[in-house]
Amino acid sequence: MPPTDELAKLTLFGALAGVAALSAVGVVAFGNAVRSALCLIANFFCLAFLYFTLNAELLGITQVIVYTGAIMVLFLFVIMLLNFGSPQFLKEPPDYLRKGIGILFGVVLFGLISSQVLMPLAKVKATTAPDDYGAPQQIGLSLFTTYVWPFEVASILLLIGIVGSIMLAKRKI
Amino acid sequence: MVPLAGYLGLGLFMFTMGVVGVMIRRNPIVIFMCIELMLNSVNLTFVAFARYGSVTHHGSGIQSAMAGQMIVIFVMAVAAAEVAVGLGIIMAIFRLRKSIDIDDMSLLRG
Repeated sequence: MPPTDELAKLTLFGALAGVAALSAVGVVAFGNAVRSALCLIANFFCLAFLYFTLNAELLGITQVIVYTGAIMVLFLFVIMLLNFGSPQFLKEPPDYLRKGIGILFGVVLFGLISSQVLMPLAKVKATTAPDDYGAPQQIGLSLFTTYVWPFEVASILLLIGIVGSIMLAKRKI
Repeated sequence: MVPLAGYLGLGLFMFTMGVVGVMIRRNPIVIFMCIELMLNSVNLTFVAFARYGSVTHHGSGIQSAMAGQMIVIFVMAVAAAEVAVGLGIIMAIFRLRKSIDIDDMSLLRG
């Protein structure tokens, strides 16, 4: 592999990871819920492209359709219904103790896990999966043979979710 | 190639941001978004391990690669169901109490 190709891949990964990390910070840091939702959409898009760089094409497309298409629309719909976007709706008074403890906990968690997980795996660079492991044929073959039982359980879970959300949304049964 | 630690580091950072957000925010919708952030960071970690693979040397490469992707699909299904039900609960609480501050919801009974 020529080095320019490798540099291009590293640059692409760095750009996507940087945008994803910044938008993850934005989700937490913005006071307005609509801005948080838009940051989350940007984050999910970057994740979809990161899945593409990992050769998991089907998962990347599913990420765009399911998360940015369905879940985030649901979020924005609820924000619109409850009028969360209006700035006076939910004032979060500055609670520096809570923020300090939270950020301290986050830093400690990051340091702990990175020291235990990232350091031993720092040298792993070779990919072992075949290049077409994320193709729809492979996923479908695996999903409907080896993982057909979890697939059925997931369908029952989604059915229960549909029924439950309708029950919650109705005022009187 | 991009090292595995890059993907894992990004996943860890996103997960930490999700945890911090759940701890410091009081808007339940934003807390839900932070939970989604954590789920997605775990998904990214699963796909990265599927691609970079058999660190543990269990099974062949393709088997562990498929296992990682399958669990991502199931996490997405669970996340979709969770968001539908959770946002329904938030709407119901808002209808009942006209307030949505997470610190006021300290009782299980309505």
